[in-house]
Amino acid sequence: MPRKVVITGLGATTPIGGDVPTMWANALKGVSGARTIEADWVKEYDLPVTFAAQVSTPASEVLTRVEAKRMDPSTQFAVVAAREAWRDSGLEDIDHDRLAVSFATGIGGVWTLLDAWDTLKAKGHRRVLPMTVPMLMPNGPAAAVSLDLGARAGAHTPVSACASGTEALHQGLELIRSGKADVVMCGGAEAAIHPMPIAAFASMHALSRRNDEPERASRPYDVDRDGFVMGEGAGALVIEAEEHALARGARIYGELAGTSVTADAYHITAPDPGGLGATRALKAALFDARVQPSDVVHVNAHATSTPVGDKPEYVALKTALGKHVDNVAVSATKSQTGHLLGASGAVEAVMTVLAVYERTLPVTINLENQDPEIPLDVVTSERTLPAGDIVALSNSFGFGGHNAVIVIKNV
Amino acid sequence: MASNEEILAGLAEIVNEETGLAPESVEMDKSFTDDLDIDSISMMTIVVNAEEKFGVRIPDEEVKNLKTVGDAVSFIASAQA
Repeated sequence: MPRKVVITGLGATTPIGGDVPTMWANALKGVSGARTIEADWVKEYDLPVTFAAQVSTPASEVLTRVEAKRMDPSTQFAVVAAREAWRDSGLEDIDHDRLAVSFATGIGGVWTLLDAWDTLKAKGHRRVLPMTVPMLMPNGPAAAVSLDLGARAGAHTPVSACASGTEALHQGLELIRSGKADVVMCGGAEAAIHPMPIAAFASMHALSRRNDEPERASRPYDVDRDGFVMGEGAGALVIEAEEHALARGARIYGELAGTSVTADAYHITAPDPGGLGATRALKAALFDARVQPSDVVHVNAHATSTPVGDKPEYVALKTALGKHVDNVAVSATKSQTGHLLGASGAVEAVMTVLAVYERTLPVTINLENQDPEIPLDVVTSERTLPAGDIVALSNSFGFGGHNAVIVIKNV
Repeated sequence: MASNEEILAGLAEIVNEETGLAPESVEMDKSFTDDLDIDSISMMTIVVNAEEKFGVRIPDEEVKNLKTVGDAVSFIASAQA
């Protein structure tokens, strides 16, 4: 048997809450984090999409001015979420040579990169500051978290577009199972609400254009869904070898029972319409967790609210779970948070862990006319889970054909 | 052209912005590295910000000679002259 790995700390900064308690209270209530963007550049560039789901608490309100100045916004979010998860875990005197970081991002320091390019063009090379390099590098969030915690068993950065955050947990689990670490700070961070990424995602028709009703724009599974809503923020989870957590009497939220990562090898952006790669990921994750399809109670779906993306996930769930798919309660929390890209898997993992721990499911908002081709049992109002064992899944898929799945069990 | 006092005050502001150190701790005889604990990356940022603020050019090969705050003030004053 591989080492058992449990979750002992949670952190988040998101469009529906700047910490885990606020985010979770809102996730159960059902609120939208999407708003019109109050920045001059929306008009300046005449962007076709004028709204996004920005973090509800700016990192500048949490970090010191000097800390914030030396970090790209993506790293700021990572540090805010990781500090909350660390405090929440109650970890203090541990062997820092056995503490690792697995912190993902989809894009990295895109604000820093593009600001520096603007500075170079406007003011010349002398004004491009030396902190530009560590601020724009995609391993910046992982490196900053490692530095902040004194984590010396490696600082890893999975990059697999919108699957990155979930892949961070996959790598974290492997680090503990293989004996390379006892504790891993896992997570994902993203800060890409900048005119260039918005223009680029809009150009591929991936974003909702419901500019007059931002709160109603992210609507997974609804027949009128027209794209995802850009989100930003970070999620963080402390995962720990069970014996390590038990020895210190830690509060245990649940078990990270299994994970998997597969690749479609089908198309650079389009999901395999038959959901084959996602199906293999689901089956492999269940096998890794040593559970049966019929054990699954809850799924936090990837469900981004794009016309083409939501259905293949359903097809994959149906193939992997068989008839039991009808008994599974599905939450599409991007309806509330928007799509945090490389951070989404980490934030959704936090939600899935809390759903298992508190036996209460987060809700899906804006589902008014469910797509008849996706007949899932979607959780649209607060729902509690009965006593008994719970197996919950969280799925993430990314451009490039990346599929990642985690399995959370109650303890 | 700024007086030495004005240059010191402006430099203290830049150092505070970059490092969070109190402006009054930035005194003429303080060493950037030994007293103020400013690393090379922060030093380059301070230099570039000082160039913009005081309208001078501080060549890279000159930066290593700016050991104290006073060295920087003198250099900026002479470069402005």
